[in-house]
This record gives sequence, structure tokens and C-alpha cells, in this order.
Amino acid sequence: MSQADLVVRRAALAQAPQDYVDLFVAKGRVLGVFPSGSQPAPEGAKVVEAEGLLLLPSLTDVHVHLREPGQEWKETIATGLAAAAKGGFGSVMCMANTDPVNDQAPITETMLDKAARSHPRGPRLYPVGALTVGLEGKILAPMEELKTAGCKAFSNDGRPVSDSELFRRALEYASDLGVPVIDHCEDPWLAPATGVNEGVVSARLGLRGNPDISEAIQAARDCLLAEYLNVPVHLAHISSRRSVEIIRAAKAKGAPVTAETCPHYLILTEEACEGYNTNAKVNPPLRTGEDRQALLAALEDGTIDALATDHAPHAAHEKETPFDEAPNGISGLETALSVTWELAARGELSVEALIRAWCQRPAEIFGLPLNRFQLGDPADFILFDPNARWKVTPQALLSKGKNTPLLGRELTGVVKALYVAGKHVS
Amino acid sequence: MTWPHKDLLDVTQLSRADALEILRAAKSFQEINSRPVKKVPILKGKSVILFFAEPSTRTKTSFDVAGKRLSADTFSLAKSGSSLVKGESLKDTVLTLQAMKPDGIVMRHNMSGAAQFIAERLDCAVINAGDGWHAHPTQALLDAFTLTERWGGVEGKTVLILGDVAHSRVARSNVHLLRLLGANVRLCGPRTLMPHAVKSWNVPVFNDLDEAVRGVDAVMCLRLQLERQQAGLLPDVREYSRRYCMNMARLAKAARNCVVLHPGPINRGWEIASDLADAPESLILDQVSSGVDVRMALLHLYLTRKERKE
Repeated sequence: MSQADLVVRRAALAQAPQDYVDLFVAKGRVLGVFPSGSQPAPEGAKVVEAEGLLLLPSLTDVHVHLREPGQEWKETIATGLAAAAKGGFGSVMCMANTDPVNDQAPITETMLDKAARSHPRGPRLYPVGALTVGLEGKILAPMEELKTAGCKAFSNDGRPVSDSELFRRALEYASDLGVPVIDHCEDPWLAPATGVNEGVVSARLGLRGNPDISEAIQAARDCLLAEYLNVPVHLAHISSRRSVEIIRAAKAKGAPVTAETCPHYLILTEEACEGYNTNAKVNPPLRTGEDRQALLAALEDGTIDALATDHAPHAAHEKETPFDEAPNGISGLETALSVTWELAARGELSVEALIRAWCQRPAEIFGLPLNRFQLGDPADFILFDPNARWKVTPQALLSKGKNTPLLGRELTGVVKALYVAGKHVS
Repeated sequence: MTWPHKDLLDVTQLSRADALEILRAAKSFQEINSRPVKKVPILKGKSVILFFAEPSTRTKTSFDVAGKRLSADTFSLAKSGSSLVKGESLKDTVLTLQAMKPDGIVMRHNMSGAAQFIAERLDCAVINAGDGWHAHPTQALLDAFTLTERWGGVEGKTVLILGDVAHSRVARSNVHLLRLLGANVRLCGPRTLMPHAVKSWNVPVFNDLDEAVRGVDAVMCLRLQLERQQAGLLPDVREYSRRYCMNMARLAKAARNCVVLHPGPINRGWEIASDLADAPESLILDQVSSGVDVRMALLHLYLTRKERKE
């Protein structure tokens, strides 16, 4: 066993917050977590005092939009990764809907190069390759080339493939490469991406609503394809009870389906769109209290595997329009852990489910670095103050996207430090 | 009394007392409109911009006439002649207009919530002349005024709103205001033209017009847009009019003295039979006259509230 070069002292694990522990790290990997003071820190090791802080694996976000190349006024890889680090994310997967689309190796390589130059210590960036050329849903993208360049998944996120034959072939082709496919479930015929749920609020506001069945119908198709082909499908940003029920049934039959939901679906409902609040305009839209409860239960029982932010930054002026004109999306990286931790603190979600959904399952599904604090695990971790309060203001957010319905809210829980591969990132 | 509202965005802002005050004021302005010289100086020196980002004949003309009869200066701006077609944002367009120091902006816009959007950003009074599918408060007020003129009041009366409710700002505002004033409201139309969550409005909904019309004191027809057929919500206009055209035979099933309204422009033979549109039971042109009375009242209330506060 090599000698520790980093020791974090007197931290607490979320599972047993009353006991102090020391984390020993060597060469970017975990040596172990021991009762505090039971092992002396080796001479020369960097010692970090962490009393009052929780020691958690860093979070993995498998669904962010970093907008670069092409829409740098909304976000760049540099600002997006800074926001990710502030939010406690050691790894993020960025979607392919850039301009140009990430459908060939040079784009992937550019993304990785920008990340390496702006954030050499992390967070780790893993691009998602386009499933079809130009995200146009017509021709399969060169998946092997993209995989070799560094893509960890393929997706037509934002422009889901409605052609079931093409989607089937895409799943089969990707499965040969062992790379999972992420689907944004939306029946494009049923659902213009209006960013508000079809329901009481849309009826009152006079907005065309997006019905939850548009998501559920596509989720059902994907579950059937996964079962029929026995290839993995990961369902992005699930927002509704109906989809949860379909996923639960598919998993019970053994279909290799996984799914994520986002913090905003757990803490907000369609009422957030009242007053034509464009910062609450997101696709899929915020749904009802019943959907929210179903999603919480699904995270708890594992029907929904993962949390992801669907971080979708936009410039302020783009959201400062009538509701119909505003783009969909919520800037989510920096509020994600606070708001989900608050759910756990209120007893709406267990800490175990929270850590499983933020840290463990996303890494397992996509084959990313996973820290369970076992010997040899990558030393990707955060020190989290679960009691510190902060206010969500445009100034407080490092992301260029200030578009969050949480603006003005005071949140509990601050990431005090992020380490990736044993290196202090922020 | 000091008028408590800076803007008129929807009737949902109004208390029952506010609504009745507007109707009382409209009555007092009605007299001016019957004079040989229909002009009074009470808004002399005030300026109002009529910003219509969507086509309109009656609402725009009605506001223009109302403003001029009160001696306000009215300025018209249409979307086709504005920088919106050059890609200027709505925010920048209305901030530009405000910098010219109007006392009020009357806006028609094709997007729901547009009136609230500009009202939140402007200091001058904003009067919503229709925003998307959301609200058309001045239409609802003139409808209530028309019915009040006819009946003496709408309390206890039953009004059927007929047709394309889902896409209708007229329907949304009327459902609210008529109930606020004590009327019973029911809706009738094919399910494809009802909001999915219409149950949450807590009004009876019918799809059979012959059943819906029984015992009602007024039928408010809504305009059918041809694009609903193109969107697959209807088979065709012929079938629609078979099921939902208000006509003399159906009027006979309603309460005695039942009247018929339509916000216009009408499609003769689609949602209202041509002979009924011209019959004494039709209040369509009374609505237009009431429109001027009500809009004079509104311009007066909203453009002089500051003076009256002082």
C-alpha cells in the first residue's frame, strides 16, 4: 500500500454523520476511510481539516448542455465546468446539440481540449455523441469514431427520433460498440415543446400545454425496444407518473432500461409557470404534485436510477420574452445538490437514494469513474456543509445561465470543496 | 374613488365592485355617444398608443374612436409597420414606445401573457386588447355591458358560450367576468375545442348544442378559425356548422327572449346562421356600440387615476 499524500480529517459520512472519519488518498486514489485519529497522517501528506463537513463522493451529472461550440453567449465549457465544480460534480456528460452538432470526432476532441485547458484538474468532461447526423433523425452518426474520440453515450436529446425503425437500428448499432443510448422521450406529434404542462395552469393561462402522455408514449416504445432487442436504453429527464409506471413495469420484466429525473421535477410543479414565468419553462415541463410524488417514490425504490440536472443555460434576454417565445431550459448545476439535499432533510427522499442517484448509478450506467471510498477507487469527492445557507442570485451563479425559477430563494447546503482524482478543484 | 389598478390585463384582476364601477362609467359615457357632437375634453393632452401586433378591425377602431371622443391623442402602430418584423424584441419595442411618454398603451398581441409582460416593464398604463388565447378583458366588459343594458343586470341569468373555447381569449375572460357578476355560465363545443383541464373551471360543459341551449338567456358564439380544421381538430366547416351553428331552430329551444352575441368578425353560416345574425335577437351591433362606451370608461379610469389620487 502506497503512502497517503492527502488526508482529510474529521469529516463525516452521510450514512453516519455523528462519527468522525479520516479519508486517506494516494496518487489520486482512495486508500480508505478510517475512524478519525486511528491512523496517523504520514509525514508530508497534505492534511485537510473537515470538521463539520460531510464527505461524499463527487456527483455525476449525465445530462448537461454546455453550449460550446456555437452558443458561447449562453455558456462555455469553461463557465459550465466552473458551475459544475461549484455544484459538487466531479464528472459531467455534455449533450450533442451544439453548433455544429457533436456528430464527428473533431467536435468531440475540441470539447475535450477546451475542458482540459480551462479545467485541467477537473471536473471530468464526457461528451455525448449525436445519435444521428446533425441530430436530424435521418442517418446514423459515425458512432465508432465518436466513441474513439471520447463519447460515452449517444443521444438525439432535444430532437428525439420519432422514426421507430431508425431508433431501433441506432440502438442495435450502438450496442455493438457497448455504448449506451440516451433518449429524450417525447412524441413530437402530441407534444410541441411548449414548456408548460397540459393541465389546470395551461388552461387558465391560455397556453398550449404539453401532455404527460407524450413522454409516456415514447417511454413505452423505448422500453419495448429495449426488451425486444435486449439492449440498454437510458431515458432522460423523466417528468411524469405515467412514465414511471411504464419504466417500473419494464424493469419488472427484465428490460435493460435505466432512467433519470431532474431536481426541478422533484421540487416544483406546473404552478411555477404562473405569471408566465419563463424561468420555469422547461421541456419536458414541470408537472403536478402527483407526478412529483411518483418521481420521489421511483427514486426511492430505484425505478428511476439517476438524478441529472438537464442544465440548460440561456442568456437573460432570451428568457425575457413572452412565454411562447422563450427557449426551454433551467440552469441547474449549482442548485442541484442543495435542493435535493433539502428534500432528504425534510424526509421526502432518503440520503441513500440521493447518493445512489447522484453518485453511484450514473457512473455505473455510463462506465464513468465511481468512488465508493473503497481501496483503489478514484478519489473524486466533495466536502459538503449541509447546514450552510446561500441565496440564489445571478451574481452567486458561476454559470452564464441565470435562468432558474429558484432565483431569490435561500437554499441550504454548500459544497465547500471538490476533489477530482485527489486534486483540489475548487 | 381612486382607481386601484395601473393596468387592465384581465378581468381576474377586478373585484365585483370594480367591474360594476366600469359598467356604471360606461353608462355615463354612452350618453356622449348619442350627442350630435360626440366629443368631450376630459382626456385632452393625454396620449395613447394603440399597438396592435395582430390584425384587428373592431377593437382597434373602437379604442381609437373612444380615445378621440375623449380628446386624447391616439397613435396607431401595427406589427407589420413596426420594428418587430425586423426582429426587435417585444421588450425593446415597448420600452421605445414608453420613451415617447404616452399615458397609456393599448396592446393586442398573439402571445398569451404578452400584456402582463409589458405591464411589468412599463410605468404607463397598459390595457390588454387581447393576448393570445389568454384574455380579452375589454371584450368581456363590453359583453357584460351589452347584456346589462338589455336585462338591467346579468345576475341569475344563464349564458351559453359556444364554440372554440380552447383557443379563445374571449371565452376565458367572459367565463370569469360573467360568474363574477352572478350569471351562470355553460360551455358547448366539441371536445377537441375545449381545454383538456376544462373541468377545473367548474362550469357545465356540453357537446350537444340542442341540449346545451335549453333554458339559456343568452348564447355567445365564438368565431371559428379555419386553422382548427387544418390542425386536425375538426372534420370540416360543414360538419361543424351542422352540430354547432346557432340558428333560429335552436334559439327556439332556449329561454324566451334569449339573445345572441358574437365578438366578431362573424362567419355567416358557420357559427351563426345568417338570418339570426340579422334578427332582433342578435346583439352583435349593440356589442360594437357598447365597445366604444366601455373603452371610453376604461381610458378615463386608467389614464386619470394618478390625477385623482393627488
